[in-house]
Amino acid sequence: MRSRAFKTLTLSLMAGVMLASAAAAQEGVATGDTSSKKIAFSNSYAGNSFRQVMIKSFESMGAKAKADKMIGDTAVVSSNNSVTEQASQIQNLILQGYDAIIVLAGSDTALNGAIKDACDAGIVVVAFASGVTEPCAYVVDYNLDSYAKAELDYISSKLGDKPANILEIRGMAGDGFDKRLNEGVKKAFAAHPNYKKVGEVYGQWTATVAQKEVSGVLPSLPQVDGVLTQGGDGYGAAQAFKAAGRKLPIIIMGNRQDELALWKQEHDANGYETFSLGATPSVSQVAFWVAQQILAGKKVPKFVEVPLLQIQQSDLDAWLKTVPDGGVVNADYPQDLVAKIIDANVKKEPLPMVPAPK
Amino acid sequence: MADTLIARQNQGLGKRLAPTLQLGLPAIALVAMLAVIFWIRPAAMSYFGFTLLFKLAVPVMFASLAQMLVIMLGDIDLSVGSFVGFITCVTALYLDSSPMLAVAIYALSILVYAAVGLLIHIRQLPSIIVTLGMSFIWLGVAIILLPAPGGAAPSWLSGFMGWRPPLLPLPILLSIVAALIGHFVISRSSFGAVLRGAGGNPRAIERAGWSVTLIRAAIYAAAGALGVIAGLTLTGLTTSGDPNVAPAYTLLGVGAVILGGGAFTGGIVSPIGTVIGALTLALAGSLLSFLQVPPTWQIGAQGGILFLVLAGRILLAEKTS
Repeated sequence: MRSRAFKTLTLSLMAGVMLASAAAAQEGVATGDTSSKKIAFSNSYAGNSFRQVMIKSFESMGAKAKADKMIGDTAVVSSNNSVTEQASQIQNLILQGYDAIIVLAGSDTALNGAIKDACDAGIVVVAFASGVTEPCAYVVDYNLDSYAKAELDYISSKLGDKPANILEIRGMAGDGFDKRLNEGVKKAFAAHPNYKKVGEVYGQWTATVAQKEVSGVLPSLPQVDGVLTQGGDGYGAAQAFKAAGRKLPIIIMGNRQDELALWKQEHDANGYETFSLGATPSVSQVAFWVAQQILAGKKVPKFVEVPLLQIQQSDLDAWLKTVPDGGVVNADYPQDLVAKIIDANVKKEPLPMVPAPK
Repeated sequence: MADTLIARQNQGLGKRLAPTLQLGLPAIALVAMLAVIFWIRPAAMSYFGFTLLFKLAVPVMFASLAQMLVIMLGDIDLSVGSFVGFITCVTALYLDSSPMLAVAIYALSILVYAAVGLLIHIRQLPSIIVTLGMSFIWLGVAIILLPAPGGAAPSWLSGFMGWRPPLLPLPILLSIVAALIGHFVISRSSFGAVLRGAGGNPRAIERAGWSVTLIRAAIYAAAGALGVIAGLTLTGLTTSGDPNVAPAYTLLGVGAVILGGGAFTGGIVSPIGTVIGALTLALAGSLLSFLQVPPTWQIGAQGGILFLVLAGRILLAEKTS
């Protein structure tokens, strides 16, 4: 009995020392031992190319981390867009003894019960790219206000504060992403009172739809100086301007291969310059490293904003080479970059950018 | 029904055991799956483990019992899933702030269920079409009430679903209670024989002086009430409402009834079998994630398990005939 009590005491002392040393590492990469920890990824849906790339990004980064002894094991479970199934999968992951679960939630609220169970069992839960409302979960997500602000800031860096006409291409009526990005656009416009929004169309993030919709409103529009987009619609918008025989305005691109290719072609032909930004499927890697860093003892705020992948003129060629035909720009988020992102969130500094490929 | 019962008593022991075996198969599958899970992860064999494994089976079980009542009449209900979703929305929106309104909506929706039963019976409409239509109506109303998932379950409801009674975990306790009540009402009582008769041989029941119309309406209403319970328990688990939370319950329910020894012909159902069937189906998904089946294979493999158990049942049934 005594020796057992002694053992527990030493063990808890050791744990205390480990915790203390881990907590000391406030900035940079936390180096607490996570070589035996297991991280699972609960995914709500695996049936489109974006999600497939997202799962692959997680798996490849997990395999690399396992080889580097950063993590014990990883697993992926996907439910077929059924929230109840995802909830029961999370319950199973709790039982299987995972130390952290990253969640791409099929519903912002319906998983709250299961997520609470996981937190109560001492499991680190990181929800990403979805607005899970359970307060015990860490949330890793983009800030769509920054998305809209980056778009308008680029336009103003080119046009200055002169009065300008802006066309906004939105996503789909009634969609949550579209609604939040549009609110960001409204806020961003407040900072540029000289800019006037002359039109608004729904492009459904699809080149063909955007082309049709923009072509439809163009005849009624004055000169357009800038086009705000949501990704996937830039190529179609450019085609519409060309077909109408108009000069290409600054169309913000959305990291699609067709958009970047058109941008390069126009740049080579007549020096056209613009800017591209968007979400990346590899945000799953950010969630993975955030979970790993929490396990390693790093202090992480409950909301971690992820930088959007931004492409400037100078990096265009390098990025374009990495994108498959018809694909979206994707990039790996290594551990040190994620640690920097977390630190920037803590200090409320500008987020580090994803470096261009060499 | 009575004829077959007497006939059965005169059969040999082997033949009399066959229905028990048929019913036993999903139970055996359930135990086998549990054994595999506990073998992979012994820590799951605990009060806490049972609670987590079967928590989300509770609403599936009530939805399956609702489906069972309808199948007992020889009909099928394709609206259970969206009805449960509708109830979660009503619960998350109103039960806390204005409980009277919530209860009134529950009562009204049970009446609608009874009315659907009457409509199907009186106009001799195919239930599959009427309930398919109803499923869109429930979904539509739910989306009008709650366009984006949200709301909050009253704390007593989520508290109840998180309650840890002594001795038995809550999901197991609820399953046993539901199975026993169902067994005594449907399979044991003389009134149960009349209810089953309304599906199996409505003419005989009519001749015996019962009103099949009334019985059918009452059974549909009871199915609606079980659907309300399923929705309430689900809201307690997820703590919020979502119109699209449970479309899978419709067919999971049918699967559970058939696994548990029911038949589409009407009149032949088993509440205990249905409860075991629902637990089996709920556990099949868990088993796959414990076995670490790759995510892309999981959806298909779940169907595979269902198919295996069902095939086993049919093989047993053929031996007896």
